[in-house]
Amino acid sequence: MIEREQVLHVAKLARLSFSDEEVDRLAPELSKIVDYVEQMDRLDLEGVEPTSHVVELQNVLREDVPRPSLPKERALEQAPDAADGGFRVPTPGQVST
Amino acid sequence: MTDLLEMTAAQQAELVRQGEASPAEVFDFWRGRAAADDLGAYLWVADGPPPEAGELPPFAAKDLFCVEGVPSSAGSRILEGYRPPYTATSVRNLQAAGAAVLGKTNQDEFAMGSSTENSGYRPVENPWDRTRVPGGSSGGSAAAVAAGSAPWAIGTDTGGSIRQPAALCGIVGMKPTYGAVSRYGMIAFASSLDQCGPLTRDVTDAALMLRHLQGLDPCDSTSLGIPGEIPLPSDERLDGRRFGVWGLEEEGLEPGVADVVRATLATIEELGGSVEEVEMPSAGLGLSAYYVIAPAEASANLARYDGVRYGPRSAGNGDLTAMYERTRHDGFGDEVKRRIMIGTYALSSGYYEAYYGKAQKVRTKIVEDFRAAFEKVDLLVTPTSPTVAFKLGERTADPIAMYLSDYFTVPMPLAGTPAISIPAGLSDGLPVGFQIAGPAFSEARILEAAYALEHAIGFEGVPVLR
Repeated sequence: MIEREQVLHVAKLARLSFSDEEVDRLAPELSKIVDYVEQMDRLDLEGVEPTSHVVELQNVLREDVPRPSLPKERALEQAPDAADGGFRVPTPGQVST
Repeated sequence: MTDLLEMTAAQQAELVRQGEASPAEVFDFWRGRAAADDLGAYLWVADGPPPEAGELPPFAAKDLFCVEGVPSSAGSRILEGYRPPYTATSVRNLQAAGAAVLGKTNQDEFAMGSSTENSGYRPVENPWDRTRVPGGSSGGSAAAVAAGSAPWAIGTDTGGSIRQPAALCGIVGMKPTYGAVSRYGMIAFASSLDQCGPLTRDVTDAALMLRHLQGLDPCDSTSLGIPGEIPLPSDERLDGRRFGVWGLEEEGLEPGVADVVRATLATIEELGGSVEEVEMPSAGLGLSAYYVIAPAEASANLARYDGVRYGPRSAGNGDLTAMYERTRHDGFGDEVKRRIMIGTYALSSGYYEAYYGKAQKVRTKIVEDFRAAFEKVDLLVTPTSPTVAFKLGERTADPIAMYLSDYFTVPMPLAGTPAISIPAGLSDGLPVGFQIAGPAFSEARILEAAYALEHAIGFEGVPVLR
């Protein structure tokens, strides 16, 4: 069972804000999904190795030589607020009320 | 030129090769069809024949494929208006083969969904019955091919997002082996599962498209390519092929779907193949593991949408964190938020081992199921979806009911193995998909079997095309 407080804690970790109503709706919804995934407990997983990647890969090395990359102007052109060759954002920690 | 509508992509390429139609004529025909789409299948349609229009007919690309200068939002409001400065390798490969981008297709936001109702823009209607969903998340691509507003299309499959909509729309959809096709330029959902593949009218077109899509890409270190060229299938027999069946006794399988699958098993035997039941003791828990692994990876992949580098920004109250939170609140839809929350919870301190660690072990068990099955049989067959296309709105209030739609398609991405869905018949006038899966890099074998069955079944396309 996921409680209101847990929803708020996880929302903070995920940088998501929710209204009170949304939190009330999410707590039971998330609980239901978590209950569902706990069916994994039906399997005996004692001593089973975890799989994080399914295909066997080999490390690939290449020469560390400079190559052309995306020009700065192009990288900035989709930003909602680009200024002085960078991304402009609000000042961290400046909470105005 | 109306007969282009009745032709497969391979047949149209032949027409161009013979000089009976020009690439621009073929492109214009399909551009007109795509522009006239009224199912909600497209989010953007090209406006003129681009320079890369060559021998192959144009293709529709799921919105999450980055195409330089073309709106690419992954069906999400948080990327509304984003025009990438580069093009996905899969798209570039098709362009290099002479296929131009026809349009961008509607999808569930960030590929999270099984009905395309989670699109940040609008739902898509199924051309067989406009009150029903086309499946998802590549629902726009599937509906466009089924309705004849695209000759063929690409989509992505993370838990069934190519195969399930292909099944619900009565077309062919294939998820290749993980690593067969580069993921570079695909807006990421769950990186260890996502794979690009074709949605086509027939099996030959799927083989032809995959031949051009696949390949090693230095920009995606998990890409491998498929060894050898993908042959176009030609054998109409299945002599000596051993097929294993899984899932016919599963709860929730519609009787009408089971009937079509059983009839297809009989067809396999008529064509000289053998059929036996196969045990997949852990595969049924694939969905449980999937709904930990996919959201966990998504919660990390979607951290980048914060109103700084692309997409719209919401103001907040002047503080940086508040701006992030406001932008994400306004830009993401409900299902995406749910999955970010589940993923963040599963990865958070104290819960990692109980959820993510456990899910990775279930993944190992599923890999072992497939390994054991393929020691006994050449190919594994199942229904693609437990049901035919369901009604719009029927499952939106119940996330778990929606998730169950991917019961038969989720184990393959977890094991990284390839599978195809082909239309095998109708139940209550709606198409039923038949899934054929094989071991890693057995694409040619899967396509051969699919081709033989396709010819024996003789499935007739979508009503609007008849």
